[in-house]
Amino acid sequence: MIGFGTRIAIVVGVLLGVAVVFTTFGFPPVNSTQNGPRGTGMAQLGYPGALDRLKAANVLPEAQPASEPSGEKSSAVYENVQVLKDLDSNEFLRVMQAMTEWVAPQEGCAYCHEDGNLASDKPYQKIVARRMLQMTIDLNKNWSAHVAETGVTCYTCHRGNPVPAEIWFMPSPQSKMATYAGGRPDGQNAPSSSVGLTSLPANPFASYLLGNTPIRVQPDSALPKGPGASIQATEGTYGLMMHMSDALGVNCTACHNTQALKSWEQNGTIRAKAWHGIRMVRELNKDYLVPLTSTFPASRLGHEGDVAKINCATCHQGANKPLLGQSMVRDYLASLRP
Amino acid sequence: MAMLSFERKYRVRGGTLIGGDLFDFWVGPFYVGFFGVTTIFFSFVGTMLIFVAAADGPTWNPWQINIAPPDLSYGLGLAPLKEGGFWQIITVCAIGAFGSWALREVEICRKLGIGYHVPFAFSVAIFAYVTLVVIRPILMGAWGHGFPYGIISHLDWVSNTGYQYLHFHYNPAHMLAVTFFFTTCLALALHGSLILSATNPKPGETVKTPEHEDTFFRDAIGYSVGTLGIHRVGLVLALNAGFWSAVCIVISGPFWTRGWPEWWGWWLNLPIWR
Repeated sequence: MIGFGTRIAIVVGVLLGVAVVFTTFGFPPVNSTQNGPRGTGMAQLGYPGALDRLKAANVLPEAQPASEPSGEKSSAVYENVQVLKDLDSNEFLRVMQAMTEWVAPQEGCAYCHEDGNLASDKPYQKIVARRMLQMTIDLNKNWSAHVAETGVTCYTCHRGNPVPAEIWFMPSPQSKMATYAGGRPDGQNAPSSSVGLTSLPANPFASYLLGNTPIRVQPDSALPKGPGASIQATEGTYGLMMHMSDALGVNCTACHNTQALKSWEQNGTIRAKAWHGIRMVRELNKDYLVPLTSTFPASRLGHEGDVAKINCATCHQGANKPLLGQSMVRDYLASLRP
Repeated sequence: MAMLSFERKYRVRGGTLIGGDLFDFWVGPFYVGFFGVTTIFFSFVGTMLIFVAAADGPTWNPWQINIAPPDLSYGLGLAPLKEGGFWQIITVCAIGAFGSWALREVEICRKLGIGYHVPFAFSVAIFAYVTLVVIRPILMGAWGHGFPYGIISHLDWVSNTGYQYLHFHYNPAHMLAVTFFFTTCLALALHGSLILSATNPKPGETVKTPEHEDTFFRDAIGYSVGTLGIHRVGLVLALNAGFWSAVCIVISGPFWTRGWPEWWGWWLNLPIWR
């Protein structure tokens, strides 16, 4: 009754289906941690293998051996020291050593210093590094609402790369043709990894992590009192939330009981940390990264001529706490949290 | 209680699955049977336990009564009554009652000498429930992954469990289940309206036959599945709706722990267009 060709097609179809099922899914056991009261369905899930990979990716480099105090300030020993000038000169050398290991382990000192003239403000990397050092100190001193006592170092973002792996640029405007095919200028309807492969607007960063676009879209009352937030604003917010989930390796229930996403009564502590984090990223992009635009050569800028900027993933890189909450700054308190 | 003409003929002993003649009798229109007794037992104990557990809670508002499963820390062990133990025993009673009802249906089918389609169909619904409160929690290693018993609270659970996977509408089995639910409604609406149209002609005209029903769909879409066939279609659609619902929740957690949108990465990465 069924023809030979049909049989072949059925067999091929079934085999393809089986292949997709066995290659795309995971298998128990599953680790789970409870995020809220029992029976609310608030839980974080993950496979033990994924947790092992995360641990392996977040092993700290060994701290530089402690320095013998020289008794002299770095600014007395070296020329053109502008940020760490009150640091003991031997500790200054130790921090320089650590920064090389964190940021340019392959390239070495010459990545940020002119050969034979370390005091020179060339190459451009030195200007950037100085500004980033100020940013790190600012973070550790003034943003404990987000980074707590754990703090950050260059390694939190750089992980041995001169340019951190997780950065973002302004998207290129979409061609008119693409909008006829259902795409939208904001990248909506084309799956993007910046929003967890959803079809939400693809660049939530410009509005929410550089601009101050309000994130809250839920109404304050059970019944509508007016037009409320637009669907576009809602989709933008969800795009940002997808990024945050992806960047931190958590699901929505880490910060929200979704019966009322706006409520601070459930998981308010961790959500407050995220709230401060959003403000922190906005301020760092605005105060530290955007002003460096003219410092960078064109080859380091995005298609739109904008500087590389940060988002949640820049530090977090898939961990709910960057480097799984291990503090590196405690070995460099004198320099990075003076 | 009035009996249909054929009922007296089939009200005979035998055909039971267990216990021989024990409880093999009728009370009014209802067949009892061993599994009728176990149905009543489990339903009564389970319902009473719901009241006991509710009495321990903060409210008698029927919308807000909540009997929650244990904390995840209890794993697959037993929890104290007031910390999820009630939920565990009520779950046992519910499965006992649903299973008994299905087996009672089987016994009635055996007495009548008809197929097991009704108990089979009901079993798919039981399977979906058991998937939610037994199979998935066991695969995930904790009873706490089951859903709470409460009108509002189970909806909150559905919401949060969906958000565990960021966007549940990207779950491929959920897509299938939703499609089958909608198509079931479509098929039932078409079938119901077709039968009513044939049995409600203009005043003074006789009721029309299945020939008219078949002809309507042949004229409209070129094909009629027929009077028996539409019931096969309906059953297949409805059972698939329940079955894929069970699949969509059992793959969420045991077989996928991240956002469902991300699962579709394999599609985006197919070598044809990557």
